[in-house]
Amino acid sequence: MGRYVAAQSDGEFDVNVDARGLIVAPGFVDLHCHLREPGFEDKETIATGAMAAVSGGFTTICCMPNTLPTLDRGTDIEFVQNAGRRAGRARVIPLGTVTQNQAGLELSDMSEMADAGAIGFSDDGRPVWDARLMRFALELSRRHGRPVVDHCEDPRLAQGGVVNEGRISDLLGLKGQPTSAEEVMVARDIQLARLTGGRLHVAHLSTQGSVALLRAAKRDGLPITAEVTPHHLTMTEEWVLGSENDGARCLYDTRTKVNPPLRTEADRLSLVEALAEGLIDAIATDHAPHRSIDKDCTYNEAAFGISGFETALGSLMKLVESGQLTLPDLVRRLTSEPCRVFGLPYGTLAPGASGDVVIFDPGASWKVASARFFSRGKNTPLDGQTLRGQVRATLVQGNVVYDSTAAERP
Amino acid sequence: MAAEQPNPGPELAGAGLWKHRRSVLDLDDFTREEIEAALETADRMKAVLGRPVHKVPALNGRTMVNLFYEASTRTRISFELAAKSLGADVVNVAASGSSVEKGETLLDTVRTLHSLGADILVLRHADAGAPHLVARETGISVVNAGDGSHAHPTQALLDAYTMRERFGHVAGLKIVIVGDIAHSRVARSNAWGLTKLGAQVVFCGPPTMLPPSCFTAPGGSPWPVSAEESLDRAITNAHVVMPLRIQWERQDGSPISSLREYARDYGITNERLCRATPDVVVMHPGPMNEGVEISAEVAHGLRSLIADQVTNGVAVRMAVLYLLAASNAEEAHSDRNTRSHPALEVAHASSS
Amino acid sequence: MSAASSGERLVLGADEMRRTLARVAHEIIERNQGPDDLLLVGICTRGVPLAARIQKAIEGFEGVAVPLGQLDVTLYRDDLLAGGARELHRTVFPEIDITQTHVVLVDDVLYTGRTARAALDALMDYGRPRSIGLAVLVDRGHRELPIRPDHVGKNVPTSQEDEIVVRVTEVDGKDEVIIKQGDVGALRGGAQ
Repeated sequence: MGRYVAAQSDGEFDVNVDARGLIVAPGFVDLHCHLREPGFEDKETIATGAMAAVSGGFTTICCMPNTLPTLDRGTDIEFVQNAGRRAGRARVIPLGTVTQNQAGLELSDMSEMADAGAIGFSDDGRPVWDARLMRFALELSRRHGRPVVDHCEDPRLAQGGVVNEGRISDLLGLKGQPTSAEEVMVARDIQLARLTGGRLHVAHLSTQGSVALLRAAKRDGLPITAEVTPHHLTMTEEWVLGSENDGARCLYDTRTKVNPPLRTEADRLSLVEALAEGLIDAIATDHAPHRSIDKDCTYNEAAFGISGFETALGSLMKLVESGQLTLPDLVRRLTSEPCRVFGLPYGTLAPGASGDVVIFDPGASWKVASARFFSRGKNTPLDGQTLRGQVRATLVQGNVVYDSTAAERP
Repeated sequence: MAAEQPNPGPELAGAGLWKHRRSVLDLDDFTREEIEAALETADRMKAVLGRPVHKVPALNGRTMVNLFYEASTRTRISFELAAKSLGADVVNVAASGSSVEKGETLLDTVRTLHSLGADILVLRHADAGAPHLVARETGISVVNAGDGSHAHPTQALLDAYTMRERFGHVAGLKIVIVGDIAHSRVARSNAWGLTKLGAQVVFCGPPTMLPPSCFTAPGGSPWPVSAEESLDRAITNAHVVMPLRIQWERQDGSPISSLREYARDYGITNERLCRATPDVVVMHPGPMNEGVEISAEVAHGLRSLIADQVTNGVAVRMAVLYLLAASNAEEAHSDRNTRSHPALEVAHASSS
Repeated sequence: MSAASSGERLVLGADEMRRTLARVAHEIIERNQGPDDLLLVGICTRGVPLAARIQKAIEGFEGVAVPLGQLDVTLYRDDLLAGGARELHRTVFPEIDITQTHVVLVDDVLYTGRTARAALDALMDYGRPRSIGLAVLVDRGHRELPIRPDHVGKNVPTSQEDEIVVRVTEVDGKDEVIIKQGDVGALRGGAQ
């Protein structure tokens, strides 16, 4: 039931989807998203997030534990899993925290959460700044086998930074985060992974220097993986000056405020290159929905994050169109590779695999209208832009959970 | 009626008025002509301030609101005097003691002031880009009176005016801005304003206080200025030296070893000024920390234009308020013309 | 275009203008009973050269250069913010005590009277002259305020649609006054 059998052209089917002229791929798997429930239901709920996910082609989404309360123990993990099941859209798999309340002081009940089904551990939103605690977390990861996902940011170097440090931060008088704020933490984590033999996954890599560190670590054979977001692959710090399709440029476009910040074109190109060659293992959305008032304010006041599920495919297809990434590679980095990183049995159409399928039209143009997102988070700098690549239908375990012709949008 | 409108006279020929300018957010989007129009207009305003009756009715019936989220004495009073000298009504709103303390957002506060009838909003805010947000989202006419570390356009205009008054021109002057450049909105706006007028601008300070892009960014710094760590090298042949206060309120940990060492390395003293041109002047946007970035002898000496800066601030802000009101009125007027006076439109068309 | 060319008529040529200003100069001196305590103030822009010419004419027959000033009334206009952006011109007064003078304001055209009203207000902010008179090159009628000129170069009956154009050598390269007659029919046609 709900499993992929094999290609066959006749017989009785439970579900019929006309996919002529379209791409049929395994459902996308997202290693990194924020569903905001419990605690921030006005930004997103597990149900709205899971619906937004399937409309963007994602059939499995791994959500971060920076909720209120944070996901610190087994029952917290079960709460999210149950809410995901009730929503009945994308498969929702939570991560647990590394430290209780993400305070960076005491370790969470990781073993219990692993038994409950937590796929990994992260204090995402902030780094595990205490190197000793990070060492313990990585040592424990050997026992439960789940990765520690670190948001690499030196809190003092990055303190107060709202954009990339450099020309744009100077121009706008905004405090910048230097690239080294990320890189010193990536370097520290790599050395701790080397020390402990633990399982490290680096979240949302954003700089050229981090790519170089990752390259050296992988060359040494360390069990380290890394992800990159669609926005770091397709946007640069210049976007803070406002998107040009808006007609009038609006300086200080708070919709571009994201952590780690959008970097330079050189950083972006090195990320695309590293992804294409497989050095960076997977694409992860870091879907971070917010309320409008979290963005209708000054750049300093605005919340970090971009609502990413519903524009991921469309923005990533730009890389395919420009020849920087092949379509099969793009699909791999959204399916089989993330599954390998987190040890998930999805992301494939092999016989016996779960019937998680996305059907998309790689050439279809559409205009982003965030007001019509399924996500409660309308925060994206892509609003109003025209993208190519649109999901037509999404199936989870053989059930159509999204059909673009039938779905009723907000 | 056309015959009674003054035509451009010979003395102002070429000096363009502001066209369709709704707000003054920074000088980065100003043309040289627009800046010169402001300075020329400020000259007329200074003449008004020199009369026995230093008030004209140009902005009668207009309301200017000073909305200050950061402490300020000179800028707020300067705007207030400027508006009153033009006959406008002035309302002062300080963030403390207002609805801001009750958690109202910046945009809602401004929308309320707009609904109450404010025509021009003068905004000071600790966050860079706050006036841009307000201008974009509310449509009110905004004058940026300082946004975080970003911009302070009227200060840059009054600095240029004061230099022009002393030297007769700004083009060709070497101007050294010294100190906490990274956090200075005055330095940023002056970088635009003075270079557009043809001056050479040098940022000088310890590496911890210079904008990072001056040294590291691939594209270099965003302004057409040079950066120099040595004060003695920077000050050589300078016409204007402008020390800045260290913006402790925007620092996170001290970027200098001690005030003593800072004063030794970057304090402006009469000895230091010997390397500059003989007619060098010293300016300071205030408030000053005498004995740190500037010695008391320099601050109150013959080379100091600091008092002139403050005096000129009112005239320059009068010019800004006048040009802004006139620029906006032109739009409003042309709207009205197209609606109710087709004859005027045709007369205009037939003469072209 | 056809309206502009066919409806354009010369009101004063260069020679007539010179003679007219000379007569106005005589009238001013006659009324003031001599050149003493007289202050001529030209209203920017074209009142300024006209005032200078009147001064020169007076000097020609009285042998005295009466003091001359210029006044920009822009900041005093009642239609300032409705009429769009206007450049500000320099206001200049000679170094004399205005309160002891008989001021004669000089302007090119008197129409609604609003400029003269603004000039009166502007002048009062500089001091309180013993009297203020008004001399204009052309009075075209259609007053909207209780303003009456003391010296008129030429009365030109106009309709409100007409346009009076005064050109002076100092500003426009030649001396002339023309009337452009507004053709209501042509305007209506053009509006479509």
